[in-house]
Amino acid sequence: MEYEAVIGLEVHVQIKTESKIFSGSRSGYGYEPNTLVDPVVLGLPGSLPVMNKTALDGIIKAGLALNCTVPDYCKWDRKNYFYPDSPNNYQITQYDQPICDGGFVEIEMEGETRAVMGSHRKVALTRIHLENDVGKLNHFAEDSLVDYNRAFTPLMEIVSEPDMHSGAEAFAFLTAIRQTMIYCGISDCDMEKGQMRADANISVRPVGQKELGAKIELKNLNSITGVKNGIEYEIKRQTQELKKGRKMTQATWRWDADLGRTELMREKEDAHDYRYFPDPDLMPVRIDDEWRERIRCEIPELPFDKQRRFMQQYDIPYSITSVLVPDWELSEYFERAAKQMPKWAQAIGNYVTNDLLRELSDSNTALSECKISPDGLLSLVEVIEKGVITKQIAKDVFIEMFNTGESATEVIERKGLKPDFDEGQVKDWCQEVVDENPRPVEDFRSGNDKALNALLGQVMKKSRGKASPQIVQGLLKELLS
Amino acid sequence: MAEAPHIDIDKVAELARIALTEEEKTKFSSQLESILGYIDKLNELDTTNVEPTAHPHSVENVWREDRATSELPTCEAVKNAPKQRQNMFVVPKVVE
Repeated sequence: MEYEAVIGLEVHVQIKTESKIFSGSRSGYGYEPNTLVDPVVLGLPGSLPVMNKTALDGIIKAGLALNCTVPDYCKWDRKNYFYPDSPNNYQITQYDQPICDGGFVEIEMEGETRAVMGSHRKVALTRIHLENDVGKLNHFAEDSLVDYNRAFTPLMEIVSEPDMHSGAEAFAFLTAIRQTMIYCGISDCDMEKGQMRADANISVRPVGQKELGAKIELKNLNSITGVKNGIEYEIKRQTQELKKGRKMTQATWRWDADLGRTELMREKEDAHDYRYFPDPDLMPVRIDDEWRERIRCEIPELPFDKQRRFMQQYDIPYSITSVLVPDWELSEYFERAAKQMPKWAQAIGNYVTNDLLRELSDSNTALSECKISPDGLLSLVEVIEKGVITKQIAKDVFIEMFNTGESATEVIERKGLKPDFDEGQVKDWCQEVVDENPRPVEDFRSGNDKALNALLGQVMKKSRGKASPQIVQGLLKELLS
Repeated sequence: MAEAPHIDIDKVAELARIALTEEEKTKFSSQLESILGYIDKLNELDTTNVEPTAHPHSVENVWREDRATSELPTCEAVKNAPKQRQNMFVVPKVVE
């Protein structure tokens, strides 16, 4: 019998704000324990929460970017449970009236090769709601220590429909959410810092069966790759169990990335009863068209839209766009140069995705600190395209520009890289080479195009590598026609 | 009038993480049931045309700008904890 997996994800994303969601202590990562706390965060008696306007703007932006409906009205509820990560014994969240409804995430599956665009599809969302993050527990042999720095960081929960069927789809889903959040400036989504976290609900059923199989919740998926590997392992495990005729029961498992396997955390959900009720400390939120439109205007062109436009408008290959677009700054850098000279876009794209990225990474420099401006790069592409210098020489010019911040022409002047001959001289060399090499000339004339390379090499030698191969090629063809 | 509400005192005690003696169970059951009975009175009202409300005040959109204001000094924050170590709150070992 054939089996299929059905997967839903719950993705938690912290919203980047200066202060906490319901109080004035700072939001941040990597601080000394319990330094980002105040009476609200610690749930001290008499403290009262007040909403952070920027956190509301952030989730509305996320919702609109992910194609959700943002209803006119939402409210706050308490989710009651006892656990030391929450000193209030409840989490402030949204139960039946979330701030964002429905929506979908456009995802891209891996293509056949890196040069080929993969297939795209939409993964349906159920909702996105806002809640406070909770404290972090550090477990020791005898006891646990609690740090509440993370508590009350604004946290979105993006809930998907059970609409995915493989680890690869879940991977693509998280990648798409991450890029959208980064483009919109809502979150940096650094999973190592806990800014994005994911739990998966996975069930397996025989193909053709309508009802879903028993739901296994998978936790501890600490990286995007972890999500993919954990889900793939769990699908395999459940399928094997079913094939052996065993029945699956609802349970929570955890992914162990080091051992590369999942392990049982708890059998039956101990019948969670969170006793949700409206939080009397917080007023409901009413959102009007003006507010929605103001936020909508702040949403930049989203990654997949930008990628499609780059391919169309600049006629550059997918492989270049797939390096440029995931990095918003890099794609902006490219476009600042390319839009001035669209016909050179491919050359610009090549320089940005190869030479520029290599030099930035080798020198551990951020793009914002880079000494070559988009205009500077354009000046280099221009001298190559116009045949002033060869691509070989341009490589050295690029490194000089990267180190000094000079323009291409300045480097060429300073280092005397400009050819010390004119086109008449190049013509003479071409004539000489044609006269001196009757054999390749004969070969070329009888239809062997490759023979031209031998002649080209000879001319380049005479010019000590400074002549433009394109121009020489043109001249030779002219002479031989 | 609807029949008298019944409360599952064991479940309520479990949810509140408190241990009750048999005597207390009997006592609190009847107290809680009478409270529920009182609240049940609301069901006698016809609320067909009444909008549900999340808050007794009709105030909406109460918020603050995103500015970091102040924090409690760490020593103050952990001062009243029954047990503290390394500026963190010590709790019994809990592994979910």
